[in-house]
Amino acid sequence: MENEEVILLDLWASPFGMRAKIALALKGINYEHRDEDLSNKSDLLLKTNPVHKKIPVLIHNGKPICESLIIVEYIDEIWPHKFPLLPLDPYQRASARFWADFVDKKIYGARNRKIRTAKGEEQEAAKEELIENLKLLEGELGNKAYFGGEHLGYVDVVLVPIYSWFYTNEKFGNFSFETECPKLIAWAKRCFEQESVCKSLPDQDKIYQHALQLMKRSGYE
Amino acid sequence: MEGAVVLLDFWPSMFGMRTRVALAEKQIKYEYKEEDLRNKSELLLQMNPVHKKIPVLIHNGKPVCESLIQVQYIDEVWNDRAPLLPANPYKRATARFWADFIDKKLYDIGTRIWKTKGEEQETAKKEYIECLKLLEGELGDKAYFGGDNFGYLDVALIPFYCWFYAYEQCGNFSIEAECPKLIAWAKRCMQKESVAKSLPDQQKIYEFLLQMKKAFGIE
Repeated sequence: MENEEVILLDLWASPFGMRAKIALALKGINYEHRDEDLSNKSDLLLKTNPVHKKIPVLIHNGKPICESLIIVEYIDEIWPHKFPLLPLDPYQRASARFWADFVDKKIYGARNRKIRTAKGEEQEAAKEELIENLKLLEGELGNKAYFGGEHLGYVDVVLVPIYSWFYTNEKFGNFSFETECPKLIAWAKRCFEQESVCKSLPDQDKIYQHALQLMKRSGYE
Repeated sequence: MEGAVVLLDFWPSMFGMRTRVALAEKQIKYEYKEEDLRNKSELLLQMNPVHKKIPVLIHNGKPVCESLIQVQYIDEVWNDRAPLLPANPYKRATARFWADFIDKKLYDIGTRIWKTKGEEQETAKKEYIECLKLLEGELGDKAYFGGDNFGYLDVALIPFYCWFYAYEQCGNFSIEAECPKLIAWAKRCMQKESVAKSLPDQQKIYEFLLQMKKAFGIE
């Protein structure tokens, strides 16, 4: 595995980029991390992701892979021996993919931004929806230590970046995740005990400051 | 490997068609159950409590939801015939990327073609053609997206072909004129028995769409 060139085009606050960082860290892969300025996208980003022009982009030996879930599966397939993320059994794999897709559709979806950007009833509705969906995830976690069972797996990697955003959403939405979803908070803290996770996730307060700046720039109060 | 296979589906659904095509490619016998989406069965609600949507693939009593996940599952379980995903990880990532692109764009833009009029419709038509042209670029000179053989991305996209006629009628435009290579690819796919028997007739789709428009109060 020498002479592998791995570059990650990213944005430090992006939960999607965090997924790739965690996967690479768990597998012990050396890579070059490049933070993009989304108001001034690099030529490399525009060349490697011409369709969506978004981060993260993983560039492996010059070849780009886009979309965080696809990147995580790719990393798992290229470096299968250390810390396998997807299970071997096809039904369990389908189940893991289903919940990763659910996280993308329901937890990271555009509607959740309303927790920060909307007010009154609209904000309340967004909060309720998010909590309902987090509770569904708690149900899927059950009594397991991780979604992956005894070890961190694909769904854990896909979901855990929201932890950096919990504080931000709580401040904006005026509620407490720990009160509503204690099992999930316990799970997140357990993930944080893994060095690969805690060194890949930014500080919650930094994210809050970043969110405040974004809101100001977009003209929200 | 074998064991009861049931598919909960809705005949005009492009997503259900993907699973039908994959099952046919692998020559898997299964029970097809048509759902009435205005009156969803107990089985559907029990097997897909999270989204309550079709298609749902039930294998040995266990449900698999989401069409692309079903196609991958079928490919992994029945891995001794007609492989759908490429063996090479980079090619797999590429196939998944374009299948994800189709999911993000085609259905919603296509819906705007029949639901809207005037400028909104023109924009939707333009965007739809743009997406198809990007896909044509990915196809290049290959017979199929999978190369010499019909594969995952072909399965992901071909169901949209039976809806083209309906969109063309609603939007008064020709997809073949704009994307001849893609139509040539689609006709090539339609020569495969697994595809031809899994996709409904485009005239029937158009009639279904006319009914939907009436139900939505759209002229």
